[in-house]
Amino acid sequence: MGLGRFFRKKSPWLLHFNTGGCNGCDIEVIAALTPRYDVERFGMVLKGSPRHADILIVTGPVTKQTKDRLIRIYEQMPEPKMVVGVGSCPASGCAFYDCYNVVGPLDKVIPVDAYVPGCPPKPEAIIFALVKALEKV
Amino acid sequence: MTFVVPVGPQHPMLKEPEFFRFEVKGEEIVGVDIRLGYAHRGIEEALSRRSYKHNVYLCERICGICNVVHSTTYCQTVEQLAGVEPPERAKYIRAILMELERIHSHLLWLGVAAHQIGFNTLFMLAWRDREYVMDLRELISGGRVHSAMNTIGGVRRDVRSEHVPTMLRGLDKLEQSARYYTDLWGSDRTILARCTNVGVLSKDDAIKFCAVGPLARASDVKVDIRKDDPYGAYGALSFNVITEQEGDVWAKGMVRLREILESIKIVRQALKELPSGPVRTPVELKIPPNETVERTEAPRGELIYYIRSNGTDTPERVRVRTPTYGNFASMKSMFAGGTVAEIPIVMWSIDPCFGCNDRITLVDSHTGKARVVSFDELRRWKK
Repeated sequence: MGLGRFFRKKSPWLLHFNTGGCNGCDIEVIAALTPRYDVERFGMVLKGSPRHADILIVTGPVTKQTKDRLIRIYEQMPEPKMVVGVGSCPASGCAFYDCYNVVGPLDKVIPVDAYVPGCPPKPEAIIFALVKALEKV
Repeated sequence: MTFVVPVGPQHPMLKEPEFFRFEVKGEEIVGVDIRLGYAHRGIEEALSRRSYKHNVYLCERICGICNVVHSTTYCQTVEQLAGVEPPERAKYIRAILMELERIHSHLLWLGVAAHQIGFNTLFMLAWRDREYVMDLRELISGGRVHSAMNTIGGVRRDVRSEHVPTMLRGLDKLEQSARYYTDLWGSDRTILARCTNVGVLSKDDAIKFCAVGPLARASDVKVDIRKDDPYGAYGALSFNVITEQEGDVWAKGMVRLREILESIKIVRQALKELPSGPVRTPVELKIPPNETVERTEAPRGELIYYIRSNGTDTPERVRVRTPTYGNFASMKSMFAGGTVAEIPIVMWSIDPCFGCNDRITLVDSHTGKARVVSFDELRRWKK
């Protein structure tokens, strides 16, 4: 294992983008970072800029307005980058599957490495997905 | 010479996608434009295509944070249309869930507000204690966030008697931490320095811009739908409407923190006086043409549902008016004259919830103090 790859497997930085979801998954993502579950102790920190991030966490079905911005954020992230879709919305559209302003599942817009099913998934499941995504590095 | 600071749609300050355009003169904010609609999914249109039963689940997903109050208001409106009265026990269980939701929403607000002023220790502490109320919600409804408890005609699960002692123990823990945060909010130097006299909304402005919920109550406007127009079990439950005089960010926080204590009181009383009996009335969901409006007090303020039926098992039109939408108009007077560093905390002080709000698209623009455009001028522009 090269040195670069070795370090990339530890302490990824996260970027969270809500593409029009209901907030349920967002609060569970934040709950995963705060004291009860506390992934911050492993150095997984939520970052403000896409240029600092290793993993993009997407919540919500992709709406027409957020689609362009989502692609832009994805392109701004440095390689290697991973995308985790949290909740049923990025996977299938959930209750919004046939709403007129929803583009469709996340993988129609950007490549996805891991999905977390559930509406919303529990913080444990989100942490498990982040670990699974890291295994792909 | 003004300079434009764009904020959003992806920004560390915002947890949701939204775009704000601040016009600044040096450090001072002179104008704010809001571009809403990033989270617009087309829910109202979808609501008029699906059956009344399916809509309960879609209404719950309008907002993850205040899902119980959305589904309760929807169910109450449909019950009123169908002329059905839910059993007393169901009303109490709904009140318990709605108050637990208020506690969780206000603690969430406290945490993020502390994060916005750079007080990350308090952010982590508030979210740690918020887990107690999430546990209680999970205990009685089975879900941490979306409870899926409500159905038309009552609730789907009962509160079992063996859950009551666990609930009361959890409430004691919550009360202890809520009291601690109330003291802290009133005495901590950092909080007082960042929050007093910031983002002030005067009482006149609050009335003029039709502010709702904790925002209005922090400006000494005594509005609370639970007291003004009691629904469900609230007529039988005793609690105080919390108000503060100052109208600044500090007062908005204090109102929310003191409301947590009131909510704990309500849940205790509801658990003690929980009537026995069934939790659900069967309903025939072919509703003759009619229309009705129902309003409730969500954690962020007044929530209004309007439903028109047409004789089938699908509503013809559902209109939802969420509290955040009502509060955007007040932002003008809160931001004008402030500084750039105050943007995050003043924005968060209205507790914006864009998931709720963005079922419609609105482009609002004003130029603040820099220029006043008369109505006549506007008319001439058109020509």
